[in-house]
Amino acid sequence: MDYSADQSGFRQQPNILARNSSMDASDASQLFEDTSGARHGSQAGYKPQTGDHGFPGFSDPMSNLAMAYGSSLATQGKELMDKNLDRFIPISKLKYYFAVDTVYVGKKLGLLVFPYMHENWEVNYQQDIPVAPRFDVNAPDLYIPTMGFITYILVAGLALGTQNKFSPELLGVQASSAFVWLVMEVLAVLLSLYLVTVNTDLTTIDLLAFAGYKYVGMIVGVVLGLLFGRLVYYLSLLWCCAAIFVFMIRTLRLKLLSESAAEGRLVRGTRNQLRMYLTMAIAAAQPVFMYWLTFHLVR
Amino acid sequence: MAFSLYSLIQAALLCVNAVAVLHEDRFLNKIGWGVDQGVGGFGDDPGIKTQMMNLVRSVRTVMRVPLIGVNSVCIVLLLLFG
Repeated sequence: MDYSADQSGFRQQPNILARNSSMDASDASQLFEDTSGARHGSQAGYKPQTGDHGFPGFSDPMSNLAMAYGSSLATQGKELMDKNLDRFIPISKLKYYFAVDTVYVGKKLGLLVFPYMHENWEVNYQQDIPVAPRFDVNAPDLYIPTMGFITYILVAGLALGTQNKFSPELLGVQASSAFVWLVMEVLAVLLSLYLVTVNTDLTTIDLLAFAGYKYVGMIVGVVLGLLFGRLVYYLSLLWCCAAIFVFMIRTLRLKLLSESAAEGRLVRGTRNQLRMYLTMAIAAAQPVFMYWLTFHLVR
Repeated sequence: MAFSLYSLIQAALLCVNAVAVLHEDRFLNKIGWGVDQGVGGFGDDPGIKTQMMNLVRSVRTVMRVPLIGVNSVCIVLLLLFG
């Protein structure tokens, strides 16, 4: 049984970010500033002391004891659930993708709509770990895609309302429909990356982030179309489609192609050609989805 | 198109069923997709066909038992809720 993943050349460098979990304390200070005023130690261990009135009005030591036992049980249950949940949804890895700040979001939104002036598309690394998004505008994040998705659903509801077609169930239908397309797109990209045996450090969450960036363009197109009419919708959608196309190509070029090909030199060979086609296919799928998911909203 | 998450799950289940039904001796070897016929060199480029064959074989091996359960659940759900 030596088939399957061992022979494939497609390896996702596994869990670069898993190292983050081993250095939790310092890592937390890198990703997020610790703005909590309370000391963490005071919550975890509440040592019951008989005769110590923890709460005003509870003068009975027995109920004090019960309170302490209950709170320690709750803490243990919470820790157990956190540990088990971490196995299914890598929460520590997800935290990296939400470590953003306003300046980053502003710059990234500008990049998504106008990527033509930006020159350096490489992600900075810090000892093999990609730098958090708030320090590097090229790093993928999940904040913009999540917010974009939610905004898209709300804008879709608004747009359907202007056509007198709105009902609350329709919001749910739009949401699940868009989510299903997103999942299918990510799965298709994963499958094609596996087949072409690309050695890349793109994780699934990175692909989810890149696929979610198109929602920004869609929202811009639909909002402008609602305000100014169909022609403006088509023009703005065209602009955003071109922008997303260029953005995806420039970002994926560095991750998927080999070093020399990424720098722009023409490298012969079927492998590089295949990778170039793959990059272009992924980038070309974005405008298609952008049109498909919005054309029924602006009539 | 109005998709729901459940229709995605159903579509995925049907696709995996389709891959699981491909018999190695009777079919895959006949069309040259058996894994024992495939391995060319151990170079760094397995090629798309080898990858596909590996994928088919892996899916068949891994999903054989879970598919029984998932299919049964799906059948029961369809019988109950249409």
